[in-house]
Amino acid sequence: MGGTKKNGEQQHPLPPSLAQSERFVPPKTRRDFLGLAAVWTALGTFFVALVGAMRLPMPSVFPESNSRSKIGPPSAFQKGSATHLVHLQAWIFRDNDGGMYAISSVCTHLGCIAGRQDTGEFLCPCHGSRFNAGGEVLGGPAPSALSWLELSIAPDGQLVLDRQRSVKRGTRLMA
Amino acid sequence: MTLLSIKPTGQSPGDDPGHRYEGEPGAVKAYLHNLKVLPRTIRDSIVRHGRPVSDRSRSQAVMGNFFLHVLPTRTHVNSLKFKTTLGLGVITLVLFFLLVITGVLLMIYYKPDVNQAYDSMWDIMYVVPTGRFMRNIHRWSAHAMVACVILHMARVFYTSACKAPREFNWVVGMGLFVVTLFLSFTGYLLPWDQLAFWAITIGSNIAQSPREVTEALGITQQFDIGGMQKELLLGAHYVGQEALTRFYVLHVMILPMVLVALVGVHVWRVRKDGGLARAAERIPSTPPQIRATTKSSGPSTKTWGLMAIIRSKTPHVDKEMTNTVPSYPNALYAVGALSMLTVAVMLIMGYFFDAPLREIANPLVPENPAKAPWYFLGLQELVGYSAFMGGVGIPAIVVLGLALIPYLDREQEETGRWFSGRSGGRVALWSLLFTAIVTVGMLVFTVNYGWMRNWEMTRTVPQIVIVLVNPGTVLVTLFAAWSVWTVRRTSSTRLGAIALFTCFLVAFAIMTYFALVHRGPNWQFYWWPSTWPVH
Ligand code: HEM
Ligand code: FES
Repeated sequence: MGGTKKNGEQQHPLPPSLAQSERFVPPKTRRDFLGLAAVWTALGTFFVALVGAMRLPMPSVFPESNSRSKIGPPSAFQKGSATHLVHLQAWIFRDNDGGMYAISSVCTHLGCIAGRQDTGEFLCPCHGSRFNAGGEVLGGPAPSALSWLELSIAPDGQLVLDRQRSVKRGTRLMA
Repeated sequence: MTLLSIKPTGQSPGDDPGHRYEGEPGAVKAYLHNLKVLPRTIRDSIVRHGRPVSDRSRSQAVMGNFFLHVLPTRTHVNSLKFKTTLGLGVITLVLFFLLVITGVLLMIYYKPDVNQAYDSMWDIMYVVPTGRFMRNIHRWSAHAMVACVILHMARVFYTSACKAPREFNWVVGMGLFVVTLFLSFTGYLLPWDQLAFWAITIGSNIAQSPREVTEALGITQQFDIGGMQKELLLGAHYVGQEALTRFYVLHVMILPMVLVALVGVHVWRVRKDGGLARAAERIPSTPPQIRATTKSSGPSTKTWGLMAIIRSKTPHVDKEMTNTVPSYPNALYAVGALSMLTVAVMLIMGYFFDAPLREIANPLVPENPAKAPWYFLGLQELVGYSAFMGGVGIPAIVVLGLALIPYLDREQEETGRWFSGRSGGRVALWSLLFTAIVTVGMLVFTVNYGWMRNWEMTRTVPQIVIVLVNPGTVLVTLFAAWSVWTVRRTSSTRLGAIALFTCFLVAFAIMTYFALVHRGPNWQFYWWPSTWPVH
């Protein structure tokens, strides 16, 4: 605060006519301090109010739909088949040995839905990411592989796909 | 009469109709007189000057009228030349007014609800009287406004109007540019068609893309700025009602208010910064000095009383009012003509061409290819190299770089001269050539060979490097280098700035063209849309 005052005179040189004026009294240190304190208090208040206002649109509870869906018994999926569950944005695969796994078709780049070609590759229509049959990146901007989703068996024998939980690549459900 | 004559006095009635004595017959007379002149009294209370028939009363009109006072009372003849401004700022402003009017009308029927939005668009187009016309005008004006903002920016830059003392207004202009783009983006989400849904999906994931960096650095757990941004935009973890509500609020309330505030500052600053930048008229530049008195020295009859203690380079100080003409009618009629032309073009567009509406939003399958509107196609191309660098990094670098240009290039320059004369024109041409070659070269390269994620030998390169080094950033680096080289070669920062700006502008144009014409299904390269495979 003192520093402000000391060179205050240098920072605001006044034209002689004004500097000599009797009515013009340069600010005293204490007033300077109070003034600055007031300004900073006002700014601080404004800032806190701003943070408070910004807090509102940050949700603390998220509306979520159930991420787990029953998709029928394993026998509904033929061995050696690939099935597209459009509404779940996932492909269900069943190997010849009966092992099952699910790959999400949500592109890891920016969330478009990659389409599976007859060759088994996944191509994304939005910026051209390419993934191999196992979901690994072949090219394009996607930073990581398509996720493998968790498959489990419900007590009633149906398969359950959880779209929120991914499992390690290569994990299969023997069913 | 008798009823009112409660308090008779000795004064004879009628000797002073303007002066009122209580209870006197004269008051009635005055009352009748006031009634008779009521229209004039009301008019005089609104406008304080006489009919705008003389230069003097017209000047008073410009000065005393809230709406007209954005104009100075007198305008320099060079400012009025079409080639000084190309009228682009005014056209942009008129387009914005059109957008506000048609937008408010659309709000009457539009319903920001995921189940009703799309249907309400159909209602607006086929049931609401004039609905389709209004929607068309709104859509075409939005496209035109983006185009005009870009062109306006280019004209301001190439005529040196961005330089001191107007550099702050240039920064305000960059703000307007960004807000205009956000307004367009939030706007085309509202119909909730396929374009809308997938644009929000991609847009919110771009907001989340800083994760690409935090992930590569392994700090996403502690510091997930990307995730926070996405949650703030969507209000959920998926695109749904919360997201539509938020984008609606942004589009009809927050962004227009920000734009209005910025436009207010912008237009006000044009005057405060000394009026439009214009070709100089060769006045010997006297150094700014203090004028302690109001004694007029020279032909100016304006009193500079308040300027007495101003020592800065306030543009008005010490400049004479030579070669100016009254703004009313000269500038006013020019603005009026531009407005009418703009409105006419938009009405014709709106009458003959329907704004597109795609199929209803389908969260399960995007269109193929899923293309953004033209002004975001360049961005989509960049995002196709890296989500974070293309969607956040490079745009931020470009906007910041452009905003700083007039602060880093302080060369005294004659304003209002296109390309700063012949050497600037040459630099711009060479930059155009350079940009065309490297950009097309880069596009050809990536189309044929892909980039690091496609290559076997770069499998082991760390993710962060792949994110940071991509065709987009390489191009930006080349442009920066070209600009620095131009500065060194010509030893002029202004010419370097022209080089940089031209690079960005030309690259934007090429990228936009490329994505518009040569990207097909799965974002693959095709020579023409007619060669796309049919399903
Ligand atoms: C919503 C968008 C915008 C509106 C409505 C707008 C409006 C205007 C208007 C009416 C003028 C008066 C001169 C003319 O017609 O050219 C002007 C001048 C100016 N604009 Fe803008 N503008 C916008 C965006 C921008 C942008 C994107 C930039 C640059 C980044 C910019 C920078 C400037 C500067 C520096 C001037 C002063 C030019 C001079 O003195 O010759 N503006 N603007
Ligand atoms: S969203 Fe799939 S490539 Fe961009």
